[in-house]
Amino acid sequence: MREPDVELLWWEGCPSTERAADAVREALAELGLPDAGVRMREIVTDDDACEAGFVGSPTILIDGEDLVPAAAEEQIGLSCRVYRRRDGRVSPLPDPDDLREALQRAAERTEVTR
Amino acid sequence: MTVAIGDVAPEFALPDTEGQTWSMADGNGAPATVLVFTCNHCPYALAWHERLAEAARDYADRGVRFLAINSNDEERYPRDSYDAMRARVAREDWPMPYLHDATQEVAHAYGAKVTPDVFVLDGAGRLRYRGAPDGDYEDPGLRAEWLREALDAVLSGAAPARAETKPVGCSIKWKQ
Repeated sequence: MREPDVELLWWEGCPSTERAADAVREALAELGLPDAGVRMREIVTDDDACEAGFVGSPTILIDGEDLVPAAAEEQIGLSCRVYRRRDGRVSPLPDPDDLREALQRAAERTEVTR
Repeated sequence: MTVAIGDVAPEFALPDTEGQTWSMADGNGAPATVLVFTCNHCPYALAWHERLAEAARDYADRGVRFLAINSNDEERYPRDSYDAMRARVAREDWPMPYLHDATQEVAHAYGAKVTPDVFVLDGAGRLRYRGAPDGDYEDPGLRAEWLREALDAVLSGAAPARAETKPVGCSIKWKQ
C-alpha cells in the first residue's frame, strides 16, 4: 500500500477543521498508514478560493482529487461546505465511510496520474 | 454591541418571506420568544434546522414564539438572498417565520456571531439563554436539549441552569 497525498483545504470561518483532520488521520491509521501526513492549506481570501477552486471548508483532496467532487450549484468562495452523510443527513464533514473508502482506493492504486 | 444575560433585548422590525413585518413588541403576552440567527448555506445551521423546527412545533401550544433571522450578506452569498429565503420556505415546512435582516443591524445589536446562534427571551423580553441548540450538530437525538431546558425553565418562572453555551457554526457573513 502506498501513502496517498492528502491535502486539507480550510478556512477559519468554519469550526470543523480539526475534526476533519482528525477524521483523515484516523482513517489513515485504520488503513495501516498511521505515518501518512495530511497537508493543511489555509484559504484566506476570495482570490485564494478562486485559485484553488475552493467551494467550502473543509475540502479534502486525495492525490489532488476532491473526496466529494463539487456539485454544479456549489459556489467558489469562503464558506463552510455542506456534505451529505450516507443516511441523508446534512453535515459539515464528509461521511466517514466515504473518506475511508476513498483513502483505501488511493492507497491501493499503483500509479497516480496528477 | 452584544446582549448579556438579563438584559432587555433590542427592539427590531424585520420582514418575513411573505412580506409581513415582525417585531419584539409583537410578542407582548408570549411567555417566551426564541430568536435563531440562521441561514440557507451553512451546514451547521442546516444540520440543526429540523431540531429547532421540532422544538418550535412542540412549544407552540405553550405560546412560545420562534423567529428565524438571516443576516448574511446576500451580495457575496447569493444563497442567502431574500429570494433564496422565500424559495426555501416555499419548498419546506417551516413552523416559524424566516426574517430578513438586510442591513445586519439586528445581528449587530444582539451580538450574533454564527449560524445558528440561539437567543431565548422571557416574557419581559429579557435574555435568559444564548448559545447552541445542543451539544453536537452531528447528533439529532439531542433534540436541541439545551434550548428546551432553557425554555422549560423560563416557562416555569426560573432562570435556566445553563444560561450560556458557546454557539457553534458558520461565521455570520458581514458586509465588507
